[in-house]
Amino acid sequence: MATRAPYQKNGGARGGAAFSLFPPLPWHPPLIDWQDEGIVLSVRPLGERDAVLSLLTFAHGRHAGLVRGGVGKRQGALLQPGNRLQLSWQARLEQHLGAFTVEPLRLHAARIMGDSLALLGLGSAVGLVESGAGEREPHGLLYAALLKLVEELGPGRAWLETYVRFELVLLSELGFALDLETCAVTGVTEGLVYVSPRTGRAVSRDAAGDLAPRLLPLPGFLTGRGEADDQAIAQGLRLAGHFLTRHILDPMDKAMPAARERLLARVASDSDSEDD
Amino acid sequence: MAAADIERLIRLLGRLPGLGPRSARKAGLAMLKRPEAILRPLVEAMQLCAERVTACGICGNLDTTDPCSVCRDASRDDRVICVVQEVEDLWAMERLVGFKGRYHVLGGTLSAIEGRGPETIRIGALLARIEAASVEEVVLALGATVDGQTTAHYIHERLRSAGCVVTRLGHGLPVGGELNYLDEGTLEAAMRARQKVA
Repeated sequence: MATRAPYQKNGGARGGAAFSLFPPLPWHPPLIDWQDEGIVLSVRPLGERDAVLSLLTFAHGRHAGLVRGGVGKRQGALLQPGNRLQLSWQARLEQHLGAFTVEPLRLHAARIMGDSLALLGLGSAVGLVESGAGEREPHGLLYAALLKLVEELGPGRAWLETYVRFELVLLSELGFALDLETCAVTGVTEGLVYVSPRTGRAVSRDAAGDLAPRLLPLPGFLTGRGEADDQAIAQGLRLAGHFLTRHILDPMDKAMPAARERLLARVASDSDSEDD
Repeated sequence: MAAADIERLIRLLGRLPGLGPRSARKAGLAMLKRPEAILRPLVEAMQLCAERVTACGICGNLDTTDPCSVCRDASRDDRVICVVQEVEDLWAMERLVGFKGRYHVLGGTLSAIEGRGPETIRIGALLARIEAASVEEVVLALGATVDGQTTAHYIHERLRSAGCVVTRLGHGLPVGGELNYLDEGTLEAAMRARQKVA
């Protein structure tokens, strides 16, 4: 038997006999709604005026929803990848797409747009989260890592270290954390300079021996030694990229985002010119 | 109840941008009520467009001739190419009487999420065009969106060795805009692009 809504006292016949000729009002489940904050991943137009917005939220994971008038001039500036928004989501049922109403918290996209390298970083990060993070699975740490990254993105190269760390958090949050603390062979915590491409565990220089050419270089800044120069960043991107491809993208038959490929190419070419 | 042919007309009109089922019915009825004044001229115009309109092989504009009237105009400056996303952007730029250079329509933007790479839009044709002609300036008139600016930066990178100046449209305060109504992103862009008062 359907539960009565609060306004359906006496079976819908409000006010006694005078209204008894009317049939009871149909029962509708109450709206589900929540408030949260999120970072815009992508926007797809739906029809002429509306848009389907996909965000990484703090408490509700990667979540999509309809934004009415999302293609219009008023909301166009808000619905750009990288922007941090305050959200209110409403739907009849949990499994529905639902609708978002959004308010700006911090519009990072406009600040990033002028810098080509930062734009590649943003495109790469949102592309990887959109491809890898499960829908509606909360990942608070991943949200914090993405938020830190978009806040740092901008002119200069200081954010590149944060970017590499963001990819390692993405791997960790999706269940494929790398163990960069101790050597997989000897258990030592010093002299870690390689990572096994199979297990994702660190290997020390002494333990690597003849296998060294088959291992992935571990950049020093990830173990608290050395600087995050372009060469180290390129090593970090190759390291994370190997495991992202192997554990996340390949099983889902997805390609590495083009922005990620271009980011690595830019950093690698800059590090080559540094060497020259 | 309208006849099947009229229903079909209304259904087809309803597919046009800006027309829902109700407005399509209204538009269809207006045509049917004034066949000589609206319907027949419209049919003729649509027939002509269907037969003659084609994308320009040089710039990508839509016109009844190939090359289009803009590309054939000898008075235009060959040394400046304005790159736009879509044909409607070219038409918007043409309303700007001050610009007398050439155009190039990309037909979209790069997008990491949608999987649109450089091969899906007309970037190759632009590079070939710049290589073949003596272009001195490329104006990137692309949207102030993440995808639009990613495309602009990509084209800029590809043109580094071409030896031409690459410029882009300014971002910031719209004419008639009041500061307290602007979003912080636009305001920030306007602040960065501030100019010395002449």
